[in-house]
Amino acid sequence: MELSILYDRLRWEEKALADEAKKIGVKVGLVDAKAHPLTLVGGDSVANSTFGDVVLERCMSHIRGLYYTAVLEREKVVINSYNVLSLTTNKLLTTLALDKAGVPTPKTAVAFSLESALELADRMGYPLVIKPIIGSWGKMVACIRDRREAEALFETREMIHEPLQQIYYLQEYVQRPPRDIRAIVVGDKIIATIYRYQPEDDWRTNVARGGAAVLAKLEPEQEDIIIKAAKAVGEGVLGVDAMESERGLLVHEINGCVEFKGAASVSTVNIPRKIVEYAIGKVKR
Amino acid sequence: MKTSCEVCGGEIDVPDDAIKGEIVSCPDCGSEYEVAEIKEGKPVLKPAEEIGEDWGE
Repeated sequence: MELSILYDRLRWEEKALADEAKKIGVKVGLVDAKAHPLTLVGGDSVANSTFGDVVLERCMSHIRGLYYTAVLEREKVVINSYNVLSLTTNKLLTTLALDKAGVPTPKTAVAFSLESALELADRMGYPLVIKPIIGSWGKMVACIRDRREAEALFETREMIHEPLQQIYYLQEYVQRPPRDIRAIVVGDKIIATIYRYQPEDDWRTNVARGGAAVLAKLEPEQEDIIIKAAKAVGEGVLGVDAMESERGLLVHEINGCVEFKGAASVSTVNIPRKIVEYAIGKVKR
Repeated sequence: MKTSCEVCGGEIDVPDDAIKGEIVSCPDCGSEYEVAEIKEGKPVLKPAEEIGEDWGE
């Protein structure tokens, strides 16, 4: 049994996964996606000589990880799969999958031009939240308080000549405590749950932005929503983010390459070991 | 392990247990480097990729 960890920038998480694999006697290799091209058609398989039986896809670049997986999973078991990543790397597609599965999620709408985005924002009402459909760590996520801010922000996006920035993904600003919930789901089980408290100088809760991790205990009905959300994008290793609202738990994001340093700092569960055991279990089956 | 920053010449301390792919940064100017290899006990660094729009978790 050999496990490969595909990365493009080695984080604490990838080192922890490799360490845990070694501790339980699993041969493990770290493979840099940037340094290993893959054969599409013709020529020898690079995958077989480079990768083990199962691969944990851990690229920080969503696009790189997504397309690398599309090629690699023709020959190897890759976690997460292309189908899962294709939904989790894209907030718009995640929202569609959540809604289709009946998972409670914030009211969301999308516009495809500056003018229609302004009309849409006025109709939704302020404050509201705009997010890039691809991206993470709260990057370029903004709270828009009124029409003036919407105009300024949308016009700025218009000047960024990047097609994805011209997709205006707008979401209601959910009234919530100064925290959200991050649940780490492996297969069909929640293995760790934390609150992420927003820092004093930011409304976003991302640990990457200084959000503080505190161990959380969910109610059974909240856990059901988290599991339902994970199933909505497919099975794998996932970070499900949700907010506590007057309407109950609302799932707003699912991460397909979940960072768990914050959760590991407060959880009594050995998160990287659970992930490694899940990965090797997919091949042993 | 110590090496110098190619941008400002500052001294970069690379942890002894560093492995290929790890990121280190210059304490003086903040430039980030990826450990390309450890050759005969000495780290070989290359400039790290800049954070992309699609980076994250």
